[in-house]
Amino acid sequence: MVNWLRMEFTNGSLKTKDMNKKDKIDLSVNFAGIKAPNPFWLASAPPTNSGYQIMKAFDAGWGGAVWKTLGMPTINVSSRYGSTNYRDTRMAGFSNIELISDRPLEDNLREMAEVKKHFPDHAVIASLMVDTRKEWEDIIKQVEDAGADGIELNFGCPHGMCERGMGSAVGQEPEVLKTIVEWVMEASNIPVITKLSPNISHIVDPGLAAVQGKTDAISLINTVKSIVGIDLDSYAPYPVVDGKGTNGGYCGPAVKPIALHMLKDLMQHPEIKNTPISGIGGIETWRDVVEFILLGATSVQVCTAVMHYGFGIVRELESGLINFMEDKGYTTIYDFAGKALPNVTDWKHLNLKSEVKAKINEDKCIGCDLCYIACDDGAHQAIAWPTDGSRIPTIIEKNCVGCNLCSLVCPVEDCITMEKFDDGTEHETWHELTESDRIPNTWNDDRAGGKGHYVPEPAEALKHKRKDKAGIK
Amino acid sequence: MAEYKRPDNEQEFKENFKQKKPLMNDTQAHYESSRCLFCYDAPCMDACPTGIDVPLFIKQIQTGNTDGAAKTIYDSNWMGNACGTICPTGVLCEGACVYNHQDVAPLLIGRLQNYATMSVIESGKQLYYPGEDTGKKVAIIGAGPAGISCACELRTLGYTVDIYEAKSQPSGLTVHGVAPYKISNEEVMAEMDYLQNQLGYNIIYNHPISTKEELTKLETGYSAIFIGVGLGITAPLNMTGENLKGVHGAVEFIEELRMKHSEMKIVQRVVVIGGGNTAMDAASGSARLGAEEVTLAYRRGKESMGAYDFEYDLAVSAGVKGLFNASPLEIVGGESVEGVRFVKTELVNGKLTNIDGSEFTVPCDMVIKATGQAKQGSFLSLIDKLTLDEKTRIVVNADTNQTTNPMYFAGGDAINGGAEVVNGAYDGKLAANGIHQWITQN
Repeated sequence: MVNWLRMEFTNGSLKTKDMNKKDKIDLSVNFAGIKAPNPFWLASAPPTNSGYQIMKAFDAGWGGAVWKTLGMPTINVSSRYGSTNYRDTRMAGFSNIELISDRPLEDNLREMAEVKKHFPDHAVIASLMVDTRKEWEDIIKQVEDAGADGIELNFGCPHGMCERGMGSAVGQEPEVLKTIVEWVMEASNIPVITKLSPNISHIVDPGLAAVQGKTDAISLINTVKSIVGIDLDSYAPYPVVDGKGTNGGYCGPAVKPIALHMLKDLMQHPEIKNTPISGIGGIETWRDVVEFILLGATSVQVCTAVMHYGFGIVRELESGLINFMEDKGYTTIYDFAGKALPNVTDWKHLNLKSEVKAKINEDKCIGCDLCYIACDDGAHQAIAWPTDGSRIPTIIEKNCVGCNLCSLVCPVEDCITMEKFDDGTEHETWHELTESDRIPNTWNDDRAGGKGHYVPEPAEALKHKRKDKAGIK
Repeated sequence: MAEYKRPDNEQEFKENFKQKKPLMNDTQAHYESSRCLFCYDAPCMDACPTGIDVPLFIKQIQTGNTDGAAKTIYDSNWMGNACGTICPTGVLCEGACVYNHQDVAPLLIGRLQNYATMSVIESGKQLYYPGEDTGKKVAIIGAGPAGISCACELRTLGYTVDIYEAKSQPSGLTVHGVAPYKISNEEVMAEMDYLQNQLGYNIIYNHPISTKEELTKLETGYSAIFIGVGLGITAPLNMTGENLKGVHGAVEFIEELRMKHSEMKIVQRVVVIGGGNTAMDAASGSARLGAEEVTLAYRRGKESMGAYDFEYDLAVSAGVKGLFNASPLEIVGGESVEGVRFVKTELVNGKLTNIDGSEFTVPCDMVIKATGQAKQGSFLSLIDKLTLDEKTRIVVNADTNQTTNPMYFAGGDAINGGAEVVNGAYDGKLAANGIHQWITQN
């Protein structure tokens, strides 16, 4: 059979290919025995609902796909998605109340076999969610027969299915999770990935349970239990279904920081860190990918970004990742996987002697004075209002605690920089202070930092009244 | 060749005089408003003569509170919609936007302002109510930007307000004196109706105040009087040929253009004399009416023109040709205009000097004099104890706009000698508060 999609793309392309550059870099992965041409995988979600979508994705450049969860018959509602929009950015966060696949199992299995026939070297992973041990054994056999390269256990879905004792209901009960992983490991002949829910206080608990159940790999995070907003006419949460709503699963760029933190917790745990982890949560750009890899992920899964922009975004992921690897001299992702982990530590190990202060580049400053008001109202009153009418504020160095806020609100690239003030020779941590019994224990302790800090008198706050041109009222 | 085909109907007129600042749609407003930095002590706000809290109203548009945005605008400026469209925003709020310092396009503040105000004008949403009745009455002479603003503000303060207007519709030069591509007559009137419907001041149209007797009647019938009479007709050049058929004043030309639209017939060749914004409007207007040749003649160099650069550029883009350092000597012709005779000029030791023997004639069928409006000196002299300055401007207290005759307050072109609608709007509002203060204290 002719692969018409591929034909169309190659025939129409006149782009120059720099083979030398690309050849040096090998993006292929072997994730717990699951091989794929690259670490860019589609997460189990609406984009992997059909063989059509997955074939289209592989053709566009994705290296793997986790099929939308197969399990038991379901009925979906309409509508299903809601989003958090921030200023001009749509879907900064995204929520869904869609259930696992509602398509017939035999259709999914048939299409899975067809995809594998067309793309034997790509990773096709079956996400599964069933209830009893017998059901797990049966469905594992079926997806193995269909040619799946691996299995992902959906212990994360926080809406709908959890009310039936599955999904996140399992992910939140480490003992139950461990038992099911054990059943699956006994039944399965292909690698097994346990997908975790972030809706738990300590991600290590289910992570450890999965490892103790002998899982081959872990993936995280699934979606965060959420309400993205309330409709102001119907007084119901989004998405509204006939005047009512329910909690959804939150994902998209907004959840990336939560995912990175949980990934770190697992990768630093001595009993978990040797288990490969597939990173999920708000990944949209090459930089997101690199950050997940730096914290130890060796494949990444994407959903929201594809639901927003289509499969084509993989071109940006690939190009950016290759560019980063070129610049840093890496040839495989394993060269830098986990490289940031040693630098993520407890607060008590941070150097109290390190000192940075803000510096404003007057030539770049446009005079918006967001830094001034952010510091004066929201931080440490360490930026002075210009007295020369220039609108260019200045840093009051003795008050600047190096918090970064001004540099974060500044709209101009590299206008406010954080400059190092200590000479780098001293090192002292809270941990060391504690060990040597030198922690401050009175309010007047000079070492506390806040003692000599200048703060205006409360009444000075009332001098900032806005002038009003014709505002007699 | 003319840039524009002569408009034969309203549709073609609208094409030729297409709005320079069209109304934004919801998507444009959403994306544009998202760019605002919400500067602290924002320069745009300072640059606005009425001090509109620009960052606040843009934030309100961004958050879907369009009614609140309109309220923020009208709280500072009763001519909020007209100003959004016709203000020279490039030299006011938008010119002050901090983005300019990074060569990033400034926020489209004027168009965002229109987006908010047109939204309430179209929905008719009531944002203001008349204040509790004080039992006092105030008379306003002139329903221009200053008079209307003064009336609105006085109504919120609980005064009964009668506006005496010489013409048959309100808003003064907003509808009569601004080029049609800046704002349509319908849009001006929609805002006028919106304000009057909410606040209920009376306008007595076709009722000029021009005699001592009429003034005396106002003085006895009202607690205070606001003078918002603006300026007069185009001032004479005192030049040979000025009374020939085909010689027009720019203000009168624009008024006719605004009222007649495609009914107005333009000649083949037009010479516009002057270098101010009204000259640009007249030249641009002539070209858009389909005149073959429009010459804008100014006696000094281009850089000395009073008009904003963007106004001149707009005229040039309509096909107008600039003729600089050319001082008119006389308008020539038999019964009708046949041309204007000029002499070339140059600066000698900073003084504009005619170059002997450099006289030349530009043939034309029409001359538009855009050399300033006459003062209202003779009318103002009817008011007792009213002090005028050397330029015939009414002298007022800067904090209250009270004149030297305590019961009279004034604003707009009558006190500034000719400025923007936004200045009139501010003056009217300030005067209303001055009137309130004065009446309360007496």
